[in-house]
Amino acid sequence: MKHSGNFGKPKRYGMVIDLDKCTGCGACMVACMAENNVPFKEDESKKLDSISWLQVYRLTNGKPYPDAEVCYLPRPCQHCAGKHEGHSPCVSVCPATATDYDQQTGIVSQIYTRCFGCRYCMGACPYHARHFNWWDPVWPKGMEKYLNPDVSARMRGIVEKCNFCFQRYQKATEKAHAEGRRDLEENEYQTACTQACPAGAIIFGDLNNPKHAVHQIAKPNLKKGGQPQNPKAFRLLEELETNTKVYYLSSKQWVQDAIHKPHLLDQKEAHH
Amino acid sequence: MSNTDDTKQVAVDDRDRVPNASETGGPIILFFMIGFVLSLVVGWVVFPKLLYSQKKQPIDFNHVQHMELVDEGCESCHFFREDGSFSGAPTLAQCIDCHEEVQGDTPNEIKFVEAYVQKDREVPWLVYSKQPQCVYFSHVAHVKMGNMDCVTCHGHIGESTELPIYEQNRISLYSRNIWGKNIGGFKKNTWDRMKMDDCAECHVREGVRQASVQTGKGGCFVCHK
Repeated sequence: MKHSGNFGKPKRYGMVIDLDKCTGCGACMVACMAENNVPFKEDESKKLDSISWLQVYRLTNGKPYPDAEVCYLPRPCQHCAGKHEGHSPCVSVCPATATDYDQQTGIVSQIYTRCFGCRYCMGACPYHARHFNWWDPVWPKGMEKYLNPDVSARMRGIVEKCNFCFQRYQKATEKAHAEGRRDLEENEYQTACTQACPAGAIIFGDLNNPKHAVHQIAKPNLKKGGQPQNPKAFRLLEELETNTKVYYLSSKQWVQDAIHKPHLLDQKEAHH
Repeated sequence: MSNTDDTKQVAVDDRDRVPNASETGGPIILFFMIGFVLSLVVGWVVFPKLLYSQKKQPIDFNHVQHMELVDEGCESCHFFREDGSFSGAPTLAQCIDCHEEVQGDTPNEIKFVEAYVQKDREVPWLVYSKQPQCVYFSHVAHVKMGNMDCVTCHGHIGESTELPIYEQNRISLYSRNIWGKNIGGFKKNTWDRMKMDDCAECHVREGVRQASVQTGKGGCFVCHK
């Protein structure tokens, strides 16, 4: 970074999701859609058409009744940093400079007015975190009044994805500025899914800050591409060296196996 | 045999036409010159007039008169809320403190009290600096943290006795203050234009979060939402 000036130490906002706590209720998905003006379709089961920034997947161990176990896995955008800070799969392929990596926050941004819908980023994303607007959003009559004014609405022909509720960072920063501060407290900037989760399975904060819960739980090893030092913690597709900022916790061996050796998983059970 | 005769005939005709063409060259060049000048006039004078519709503000507001009466300058009416958000154009609730009854006898004052104050209707002010929906702008970051004054972006509006005509782009529906008065996009003062390049110019100079991987300049989410 050329100038960090008086804008404080670079942050690395990230998440820890405790799969042992997640009940798969879907409150995070609903909160996300409401917060971010995500358009919904009459038939949400058409997965080529529907948009969800945060998707809850269902994993099973594939065993018959007495031993059957289920695990739910919420998947927001993983905000990959790549091998060097900012070498995210999507950012490196975008020809429109519509998606960008901010080294001050570690957030992968998406600027809707800049995107022209080539969908290279969707092809590049290993997590299926990006969605394409095949249609202009249509809101049920009167519901446009419930839209979040801090989030710009999207139109047909562009890609959108989770941005860790960046508008909440902007709002929190405004308040901090009014009080003469540059840095935010941990609880001032929290994503909608974090706050909506009734089980408290999602924790959000700055991975660079040793005082934040995400740092303390995941214990990211910054010298080894952010690999978690907590034995219970893992990241999705670690072998791709995407250096994601979403860590998962599970005490169950079969869940860890399913993540690290997905070929062992029964394919028809993997997707929900 | 007859074919070769024909081609010879054509060649002779062509040679005959060459001197004729150079004689008529003058009027043709003049015709194109006039066309060129006309197109320039249309592009620089007529087109901007057609492109922007002109609207008057519902009430003609006198900034000078009010600045004499208030203590804290612009912030007396355009203030920050506790959460750091900016109030923008004043609401009726602020004006009503003084303007519950008609003061003086200017037609604007009478119109304001009768049409808005007594009917409890907000004045639909036209906001010159209204940005597109995708733009995020924080006043508090610039005024409190950046120590900038209002004039840098808004010009000397606080020293005006009447509000300027609001010009709206008929295609984009944005105010002309965003693109700037000059149709060619040239600017002399910092407040002449409010486009992305104008924000970025200052952000690059001041080193405001130049943390973008794509551009090496400001991150997109600094000014976008």
